[in-house]
Amino acid sequence: MTAETTSGSSPLGAWTARLAELAPAVRVTERPFLTQLTLRVRDAQAQAAIGPALGVELPSTPCSFTRGTGPHGELEVLWLGPDEYLVLARPGVQQSLEDAIRAALGDAAGAVVDVSAQRTTLALSGPRVRDVLAHGCAIDLHPSAAPTGTCVQTLLAQAGIVLLVSDAGRDEFTLLVRSSFASYLAAWLIDASVEYRMVPA
Amino acid sequence: MQLISCPWCGPREEVEFHYGGQAHVAYPDDPAALSDEDWARFVFFRDNPSGPFAERWSHAAGCRRWFNAIRDTRSHELLDVYRMDEAQPARTGTS
Repeated sequence: MTAETTSGSSPLGAWTARLAELAPAVRVTERPFLTQLTLRVRDAQAQAAIGPALGVELPSTPCSFTRGTGPHGELEVLWLGPDEYLVLARPGVQQSLEDAIRAALGDAAGAVVDVSAQRTTLALSGPRVRDVLAHGCAIDLHPSAAPTGTCVQTLLAQAGIVLLVSDAGRDEFTLLVRSSFASYLAAWLIDASVEYRMVPA
Repeated sequence: MQLISCPWCGPREEVEFHYGGQAHVAYPDDPAALSDEDWARFVFFRDNPSGPFAERWSHAAGCRRWFNAIRDTRSHELLDVYRMDEAQPARTGTS
């Protein structure tokens, strides 16, 4: 087992200032070190048993996510496939969350894997966020087509992402990207936002 | 670019998908009993119809699930998509 260090470095730690310059048209902030667990479970009974343990039901419809508060704080469960989910929670609860899910899973067939280092998370908002995403993503993000609670896996500028519509009315999105693609995507976001940036008087 | 309807995710751009060859190629019941020629026939020989063709596709950039599709090889139009556990829709001329 690797020793936990108190100070990690996030994939986009060096990009904070440059991403902050995109405001107010687009506000981009990294939410580093979130707990991310991949959950594979096919059995409907086992799926139902995991809901109460987490404090939030697993999403039942494809391309959606559920959000709730449970013993491990506020968390989101993303639909990634018919038997595959991604649990997003605050940093540092990997082990306790994994134990809780394993206990709820019981003898049912399933898998829980800590993939927290696999992706980093970006919170996107602002009046032009849909325009910026449309430069590199074919998904229709109009609130009527992608309401709050939508979770799509797709490509943004050829990079694989998971995109969550956190609040369609307030133009809030959450974007998960592989750590190794994060700096590329940050550079792309900055470039795509050029036309929406405030020009200094 | 055409949209392909993933049975799980709905219509998505073609670039998100990956082609997986002819569908419904049954694995031999007793592979050890096959002659070299029969084995080569199973591994390499595929239909090549002009018209509707049942194929496997994977939503590689999305839910990463495999599914079957019927594609018209003349127009590259996807006529039908169906999940792995669903029966092949009736259509004349498909392999």
